[in-house]
Amino acid sequence: MEFKNPQQELERFRTRLVVAGGFVLLCFTLLFARFVWLQVVQHDYYQTRAEDNRISLVPIVPNRGLIVDRNGVVLARNYPAYTLEIVPSRTGKPEQVIDELAEIIDIQPKDRKRFRQLLEESRNFESLPIRTRLTDEEVAKFIAHRYRFPGVDIKARLFRQYPGGAFASHLLGYIGRVNDKDLEKIEAREFEANYRGTEHFGKTGLEQRYEFDLHGETGFEQVEVDAGGRAVRTLARTAPVPGNNLTLTVDAELQRIAEQAFGSRRGALVAIDPASGGILALVAVPNYDPNLFVDGIDTQNWKELNESPDKPMVNRALNGAYPPGSTFKPFMALGALTLGKRRPEQAISDPGFFNFGGHHFRDDKKGGHGMVDMYKSIVHSCDTYYYMLANDMGIDNIAAFMAGLGFGSRTGIDIDGESEGVLPSQEWKRKRFKKPEQQKWYAGETISIGIGQGYNAYTPIQLAHATAIVANNGVVFRPHLVKHITDTRTGNKTLIEPQPVRDLGLKPEHVEVIRNAMVGVNKEGTGARAFAGAEYVSAGKTGTAQVYSLKGAEYKAGSVKHELRDHALFIAFAPAEQPRIALAVLVENGGFGAQAAAPIARQVLDYYLLGKRPQAPAPVDEAAVEEDAE
Amino acid sequence: MNHGIGLAKLRSFVQRLVAPIDGPLMLIAGLLLLLAVGMMGSASPERLNTQLINVAVALVVMRIAAQVPPQRLMHLAVPIYLAGLLLLIAVALFGDVSKGARRWLNLGFMRAQPSELMKIAMPLLLAWYFQQREAMPRLRDYAIAAFLLLLPVALIARQPDLGTAVLVLAAGFYVIFFAGLSWKIMIGMAVAAAAAAPLAWTQLHDYQRNRIITLLDPEKDPLGKGFHIIQSTIAIGSGGIFGKGWREGTQAQLEFIPERHTDFIFAVFSEEFGLLGNLLLLTLYALLIGRGLMIAANAATLFSRLLAGAVTMIFFTYAFVNMGMVSGILPVVGVPLPLISYGGTALVTLFIGIGILMSIHGNRMLVQK
Repeated sequence: MEFKNPQQELERFRTRLVVAGGFVLLCFTLLFARFVWLQVVQHDYYQTRAEDNRISLVPIVPNRGLIVDRNGVVLARNYPAYTLEIVPSRTGKPEQVIDELAEIIDIQPKDRKRFRQLLEESRNFESLPIRTRLTDEEVAKFIAHRYRFPGVDIKARLFRQYPGGAFASHLLGYIGRVNDKDLEKIEAREFEANYRGTEHFGKTGLEQRYEFDLHGETGFEQVEVDAGGRAVRTLARTAPVPGNNLTLTVDAELQRIAEQAFGSRRGALVAIDPASGGILALVAVPNYDPNLFVDGIDTQNWKELNESPDKPMVNRALNGAYPPGSTFKPFMALGALTLGKRRPEQAISDPGFFNFGGHHFRDDKKGGHGMVDMYKSIVHSCDTYYYMLANDMGIDNIAAFMAGLGFGSRTGIDIDGESEGVLPSQEWKRKRFKKPEQQKWYAGETISIGIGQGYNAYTPIQLAHATAIVANNGVVFRPHLVKHITDTRTGNKTLIEPQPVRDLGLKPEHVEVIRNAMVGVNKEGTGARAFAGAEYVSAGKTGTAQVYSLKGAEYKAGSVKHELRDHALFIAFAPAEQPRIALAVLVENGGFGAQAAAPIARQVLDYYLLGKRPQAPAPVDEAAVEEDAE
Repeated sequence: MNHGIGLAKLRSFVQRLVAPIDGPLMLIAGLLLLLAVGMMGSASPERLNTQLINVAVALVVMRIAAQVPPQRLMHLAVPIYLAGLLLLIAVALFGDVSKGARRWLNLGFMRAQPSELMKIAMPLLLAWYFQQREAMPRLRDYAIAAFLLLLPVALIARQPDLGTAVLVLAAGFYVIFFAGLSWKIMIGMAVAAAAAAPLAWTQLHDYQRNRIITLLDPEKDPLGKGFHIIQSTIAIGSGGIFGKGWREGTQAQLEFIPERHTDFIFAVFSEEFGLLGNLLLLTLYALLIGRGLMIAANAATLFSRLLAGAVTMIFFTYAFVNMGMVSGILPVVGVPLPLISYGGTALVTLFIGIGILMSIHGNRMLVQK
């Protein structure tokens, strides 16, 4: 039955209205429940998330510690400068941005190259410099155009600077931008938090070894940021603590004189204070300008440094291993005395050669030196004496004694990557070679070890270290460059190495014999020409290391190519009775030690003991060749 | 004397001006507008003046709508609907594309969004239709009504503009519901809709699907699709019970909330005024809806009843969908918070609705037999 009943119709409509109203209330209750869930139950969680959104911790990189010499001369410092930096993740194609930037600011091809290189090595979202050291004018120009370059900005940064340029570069080392390898080191020490924001890391030398002292403590700024990451205001700030300063044992002026003494020659010089092991000068020339590396070296310079035949990147003082030549003889003599194989006055007759199993080991002096005792063997550098001595001592006795003087092992200097050199012994040969016939040590091989030839090869610092041990009567100190570390906050100084490492227990009378003989070298022997007129008593020993096997032919300096000429060596300490300095000099392809190395040592000792400054690089004493052939 | 006459004239003018205005409805809407002004002052102070002008325009439009008697509205229903439909077809053919959607029609002198018109035109037409079939609507009538409803909804959904489509669909559905569609059919349709959901899924645009996926797991893509919802829930949650205070919301003031003056203004409100603020807002909306349903209950004709009921429920739909999406229980569709979000168009539409309610209320006795 269908008929219209308005009242019933209205009732049904009103029922529907009530249903609708109920539905509204239900939905609103649902919403309210959701709000309670978010705003009451989960409030703490969302509160934290809102704070995380809002607050960003911005690291403030601390100033890197300074490096100064023993007298306070600054060798590594920081200076503020403006850089133009790009965040590639925010700019899109960097090449295009750089092209546009180049319209405003001078950007050289080398800047582009370096940027490209940084881009390849960089971590994500890093700010990378396209130009460093902007002038005030350039800063102003860029700021006027800044709106055109999102993701590009000017930053004020502190730069590492080595004011001496190439001076002392092999000991200072350099810093460069943090790479993956550096990150591993940081992570290994769990220093990630302290390195947030740090872009540089010590790569070589003292900068590398003392990285964690020099770095300092990173400060943090709590800033409020908006959704775009822009800082709105600073909420709190923890100031950074600058890195500790290093004070070196090195005397910068001595170092400079030693470097200049080499002139354009290649080589190394290590001077040590025998009474403490503190290094007074550590020269490896040629050297390089560490400033080039601070913000990524450009490929041009990198190529030049790496492909130069002079190998300026090699730290010859620590990584060059050279046969010690005749500088080995005083140590051999000391070994003979200590082991009771010789008495000082015991003399041999030198016919000019040593016959071993039908093979003649020749002395440099034709016809020989006649009757030779220990003093004469050192002063005139008699080979035959040491051929016989080596044969009498045997290789393993030699090796054991020389190991005590530090030969063949790292000296422990506070620079990473030092070479061990080669201290030959029967065991060494067994390990060194693979074929059984090569592993056997032949007695004949011991003979040339006696005059510092053959398998043995030592770094200049090992030679200087051994000289310092003798000068210090057998008490061994670890060679070191850093005298003390100064905490910049408290001013406290941490002294490095006050304690001797070991005492070889040498007999003073034995050391005295060697000292006398070495004094004789500089008075009347192979070093006499170089030390003529010295106002102090010095002990020395010349040496010449063969680069080129003569195979029986006579060596004539003029007749071989320069790079095949012998290396010149010289060891010395002075004043002889109360040594304040012990050193070793090496001049690559310098010829005889007396010719090239001894004059350098003279300049260094003259300055250190008398304050005398040389007018020119050390001369090459050609005449020394004829006078006293070694 | 003159003075007295002038005053009397003024009084009678004011009386005539406010006569069609319903006090309670105006009070609630006024309170919501106050909140809106306050929120605009926090979320986007630079837009406050523009929004005040929008409010003024909307109030004038409301006053005009309040004076139009329901009889007249009924005559307008068909022309308005047809005009809207034609415009929607024109949009589909010649409309401007903006942000990947074809929603705007360039009329030369202005750009119009015809889908907005449909929010009012739809319930008008359906209320008119059921008024014509007053005797006793048959199933066939409901089917025709459904067709009249789905035609524009489909056009809007294809633009694509899911938010408006949902609103128009809801507006039309409320009329059909109030007209007395049987529960059996509604339940049957609900079941059918659930069954058809997988099919509908394949018809959705990628961005629409993404919104649904994002709703289910916003953390999956925190910097992309999920960013809006994550940031707005953080804003709401961090507001706590009492809120962070007006203009003190870090999520809002530091611009972590996207669209914070339009669709996501509720997140700003919720962060700054907390659960108590939300309760106040829900209460105001509930009162507004309650008053609207009361007006519908007392309306004189079937047309008025259906229209008042549907218009009222449009407010509910706006409010619920918006707060639901901002608090992360509904997918993100472009629906503003009624009376509070920035923007003139929605505001005018809503105040036309309020004006219609006032008109229906004012005419409740006149036509009654």
